[in-house]
Amino acid sequence: MSRLPPIDDPRSTEILEPGHTFASVTDKISAIVLAKRTPRFWWVGFLFAFSVTLWLFAAIGYLLLKGIGIWGVDVPIGWGFAIVNFVWWIGIGHAGTLISAILLLLHQEWRTSINRFAEAMTLFAVAQAGLFPLLHLGRPWLAYWLIPYPNTMALWPQFRSPLVWDVFAVSTYATVSLLFWYVGLIPDLATLRDRAKRKFFQILYGMGALGWRGSAAHWHRYEVAYLLLAGLATPLVVSVHTVVSFDFTIGIIPGWHATIFPPYFVAGAIFDGFAMVLTLAIPLRAVYGLEGFITLRHLQNMAKIMLATGLIVAYGYMIEAFMGWYSGNVFEKYTVWNRITGPYRHYYWALIACNILTPQLLWFKRIRSTPWILWCIAMVVNAGMWLERFVIVVTSLHRDFLPSSWGMYAGTFWDWSTFIGTIGFFIALIFLFIRFLPMISIFEMRTLVPEADVHGEPQPDPGRIEGEV
Amino acid sequence: MSGAAKANEAMPNERGPKLYGLIAEFDSPGDLLEAASRTKAEGYRDVDTFSPFPIHGMDKALGLRRTKLPLIVLVGGLTGLGTALLMQWFSAAVHYPVNVGGRPFASWPMFIPITFELTILFASFAAVLGMIGLNGLPMPYHPVFNAPRFALASRDRFFLCIEARDPKFDRESCRRFLETLGAHDIAEVEE
Repeated sequence: MSRLPPIDDPRSTEILEPGHTFASVTDKISAIVLAKRTPRFWWVGFLFAFSVTLWLFAAIGYLLLKGIGIWGVDVPIGWGFAIVNFVWWIGIGHAGTLISAILLLLHQEWRTSINRFAEAMTLFAVAQAGLFPLLHLGRPWLAYWLIPYPNTMALWPQFRSPLVWDVFAVSTYATVSLLFWYVGLIPDLATLRDRAKRKFFQILYGMGALGWRGSAAHWHRYEVAYLLLAGLATPLVVSVHTVVSFDFTIGIIPGWHATIFPPYFVAGAIFDGFAMVLTLAIPLRAVYGLEGFITLRHLQNMAKIMLATGLIVAYGYMIEAFMGWYSGNVFEKYTVWNRITGPYRHYYWALIACNILTPQLLWFKRIRSTPWILWCIAMVVNAGMWLERFVIVVTSLHRDFLPSSWGMYAGTFWDWSTFIGTIGFFIALIFLFIRFLPMISIFEMRTLVPEADVHGEPQPDPGRIEGEV
Repeated sequence: MSGAAKANEAMPNERGPKLYGLIAEFDSPGDLLEAASRTKAEGYRDVDTFSPFPIHGMDKALGLRRTKLPLIVLVGGLTGLGTALLMQWFSAAVHYPVNVGGRPFASWPMFIPITFELTILFASFAAVLGMIGLNGLPMPYHPVFNAPRFALASRDRFFLCIEARDPKFDRESCRRFLETLGAHDIAEVEE
């Protein structure tokens, strides 16, 4: 295996605690899933998250009963929380794909212990994201009209509309993420099948494992497939938030019609996604004693990515403001000025504090290697990125061209219920995932054990990308 | 170890279960890799190894042919591309043309995002289904699962199996050969 030299300090923490063997890695990770007793904190956490989920279902039920009038959306702000939350959730998903696909192609071996649950996070975040545009349709039961299918109305979706692009981008993203995640799980499901004590779980995991037996020929095709999927997912993840940003940029609303949006949205998505990975990883490694797998090195690397993407986001804000002024367009200029000094200025300045100022703490190594501070910073970034989407959606719409059609917007009780409900749903799904599936890729962790290196050559070999491509 | 006479020994005994092959267990991926090379060098053909993770160089040691999966993925991707372009062109230019300020119906730049997404979607399905299909999965039953310690192949043990259909297969000589490789727990696997 290619063991890349640490990028920074040669004494920095290893990506796998020394002393682990194939057996110990396998046993430690599979024990979490196969343990007979479910830990108490799991029940407490899951039941709390699940009750919030039930509240989400209640909010959705009431929405279906009454219509979207129960939300704060109205003319001129027709998008409101639904689109803010949609963009926020879909952005969170991006870090999972970045870790599993892009870092794989870049030979960043440290991704190995975090890719599985980051991918799970992607799937669950995309599921939450998908709820919002559906509910926002007003008549969600007609959502299938967005899909091109031969119908008696002889109608087609408008393929030139970014909203239809969104349907394709998000559903492709969800599907490919699911495929990628499942392919990664197959060998681990075989491990669980072989190690489960109870018949029911042997059969259950056995069905998922498809009869995987670790044959050399199978591994060969498996690695090629995994690598190709990574190669396909890489442009996909960039395209998804680009298409999401098209929802805004293709419109002519001042503050939306900007060419900086696609790269700035993608960077923001990764920024926020890594914040969410840290939000989940730091408590998980503590409660399950996984510090030997998710080491300080991982946390530091993720902090660095957050810092880098945070700077790109800061650049995005700067260019947005600069172009508003430089365009000479009175509406663009006013939108920027209105964001900074208008009725929503608190949101704007809070977002600057959360997304630009707070991450600067990550320049300090002490902070990067103190998990609880890192967790707090990640939470601040999560909130900041939600504010960013709020500012983009609401401040642009509430005062556009005609002062006679200006208005104000605030989320109602049901807006907040739906938003907080999806957070509960997301956490409930994460709890189910860590109980029933290995949250760290067991077979990839085995390749990090020193004995897995069969060549013993000092120079980095082509590694996972062995000649086939 | 030559000749058809030896191959006959591997022929099934009509009353008992058929012999699938001999399976040997190794401690480390390095041992398995070396054993695989030496088994091939010895002239065995129907050999497979089983390991808890992919071992680099194993495909070369076993002389595996390069998989045609990339080609399948390419075809999948092109199918997605063609499907998307055709669908959008047919809908926008033929079946349901909408005149928007005299702009062309076949406005291909606006078709690119969906074309891109469907290319990726079809290619990904081709990659996953292609891998599963070429590997012959799902396969709930396979003879090697009968090997007594085979459950450890998904944990920390490494196995090499010489199949009975190999023309050079001979129960005794094969066992002796596996012993020279430093294998332990050599077991007969029934069909």
